[in-house]
Amino acid sequence: MESIAVLMTKPIYSYLQAELEKRFKVLKLWEAQDGSRFLEDHNQIIRAVVSDGGTGLSPELMAALPKLEIVSSFSVGMDKIDLGKCKEKGIRVSNTPDVLTDDVADLAIGLTLAVLRKLPASDRYVRSGMWKKGEFKLGTKQFSGKSVGIVGLGRIGQAIATRAEGFGCKISYHSRTPKPESSNYTYYPSVVDLAAHSDILVVACALTNETRHIINREVIDALGPRGVLVNIARGATVDEPELVSALVEGRLGGAGLDVFENEPNVPEQLIELDEKVVLAPHAGSGTEETRKGMADLVVGNLVAHFEGKELLTPVV
Amino acid sequence: MGLLMVKTANQSVPAGSQIALLSLSHLSHPYGSFDHMASPATAAEEENLPQVLLLLHPAAFTIFGEEHFTSAKFRFLKAYESSLPLDEFLAANARSVRALLVSAATVVGAGILDLLPELRVIVTTSAGLDQLDLAECRRRGIRIASAGDIYSADVADCAVGLLIDVLRKISASNRYVKNGFWASKGDYPLGSKQLRGKRIGIVGLGRIGLQVAKRLQQGFGCTVSYNSRKKKNPDQVPYPFYQDVRELAANSDALILCCGLTEQTRHAVDKEVLAALGKAGVIVNVARGAVVDEKEMVRCLVEGEIAGAGLDVFEDEPVVPKELLELDNVVLSPHSAVLTRESMMELARLVVGNLEAFFSNEPLLSEYEDD
Repeated sequence: MESIAVLMTKPIYSYLQAELEKRFKVLKLWEAQDGSRFLEDHNQIIRAVVSDGGTGLSPELMAALPKLEIVSSFSVGMDKIDLGKCKEKGIRVSNTPDVLTDDVADLAIGLTLAVLRKLPASDRYVRSGMWKKGEFKLGTKQFSGKSVGIVGLGRIGQAIATRAEGFGCKISYHSRTPKPESSNYTYYPSVVDLAAHSDILVVACALTNETRHIINREVIDALGPRGVLVNIARGATVDEPELVSALVEGRLGGAGLDVFENEPNVPEQLIELDEKVVLAPHAGSGTEETRKGMADLVVGNLVAHFEGKELLTPVV
Repeated sequence: MGLLMVKTANQSVPAGSQIALLSLSHLSHPYGSFDHMASPATAAEEENLPQVLLLLHPAAFTIFGEEHFTSAKFRFLKAYESSLPLDEFLAANARSVRALLVSAATVVGAGILDLLPELRVIVTTSAGLDQLDLAECRRRGIRIASAGDIYSADVADCAVGLLIDVLRKISASNRYVKNGFWASKGDYPLGSKQLRGKRIGIVGLGRIGLQVAKRLQQGFGCTVSYNSRKKKNPDQVPYPFYQDVRELAANSDALILCCGLTEQTRHAVDKEVLAALGKAGVIVNVARGAVVDEKEMVRCLVEGEIAGAGLDVFEDEPVVPKELLELDNVVLSPHSAVLTRESMMELARLVVGNLEAFFSNEPLLSEYEDD
């Protein structure tokens, strides 16, 4: 198998690269002086691509690799890969579900608590010496018992719901269709209605054509001046300029965001809003344990494919 | 005569000296207006109202507004607004005072009690009672009403929030992003740790500890064990019990302190316990600073003998050891676990309710009973 050429689109994770190099001939696109030339030179041997959620497989790259058999993505999100086209061309696609579910759900709750209880702002209050000068004056809000609305009740959405239930929260959700196994949660066919009935709205859905900007001005206004938005899904599920103006104008109470429309760039006003907003650098799956688990799945899927076995976690 | 050492927002000073804690309650406070407000008495009516002594300006007044704590049935006598030394003020004004309202920061011992011969009840805004000399109160027949159970959810939420923050570096990476480093330096370095499967050792399985346990075991897939004064009924409490805090620490990835501060729990988390917790271990303290040997904990954090800490309380508030202010693996908060709008609303009702009940000779709403 060591002669099989696998293209990495970018440096993703050193453990992943090392594991790939043990088994395959790894070609590193980012080290090439001239990317197009590099692809031309190697396009007859590249049979696999390893990429991540943010980069995926561009149409140009797909077109440049006639021998491509499989894309193994270091992510659960598939929004940067044209799955229909892959299916058409017989290209297999695998992702990394389940291993990261807990971490992403933990971060969703962590961000919720950080926003409601102003943990980063409190931390700064102490570090800056302000506590010695006066009583803490920042108003904070309770999380226990609040209404949590989840957009997208997949694996991650369900894991968030389970955690929030431990705090006595009331759970409602929106998804493409209602889930009969989740009959103890309230289903809302309309995201606006879900927002109107939620204290905290958590976005946990995949990014598709239907969910692009699913969190728009109407939804944000329905969530309201005391509402909090938490996004651990994809930046583009939220109309980011609308989110920013709602926060600036006080039409939305606060936000905890792990993802943005143009990572790693973050709107300046979100930084200026400070205590109302907690920001994370797309770290949902960012623990050592989980990243290793994801890497093992990426490698495992490739090995399975080239051994002629069933993929471990196929998408296409 | 340094009879009252108080922890003010400025520093520990003898009460009665110029404490620059102006009442800001007449200015807008963080929560905006709240519908329940007591109707004020006229000046003449006020003169006849029984008095409730305040030695210090309570944090609850600052954060929520004094107007929510007023009543047509009593008025406040504010020692901190006088420039007289405390003993003189009390001698001149408080000899007939029967009720005292305190917070976690107001240390009350025999010295103060000697100056309040008619004192019959102490109402505190705190759940903890370590600031009061309970034996002296008992001896003098002074009843105590605490904040009871109202804070348990908020303190538990704070403990979980701090734990996730420490393990997942939420505050640290928030700083990272807001400093522009994500764009300029790249992804925040890993070092974040998963919660699932983590062994949580809870020190003190009272109302707060039980709520922490429920959140972490049922919701996050952690495994909870505990230490408490007495083992709880296993039919009701399914978590393994450790008689010894050091042994609990040796079997835990994170220690969460939820116990009251008593003579038995003072410095319960000492050098041995911290060593048993180990290099990968994390500590969260929402109890009282003095449950931990703070100097030793700081040394362990600085030298990497434990992995991190989330701390809402400190031995000498508001003083925080300066070494902690430089560390990225700690999360600090200014004893604010209970300062949510919801808890403050509950507290206002409870404080007013307790005081009104006292002055009407009715049972207190949340009387502390020795066990």
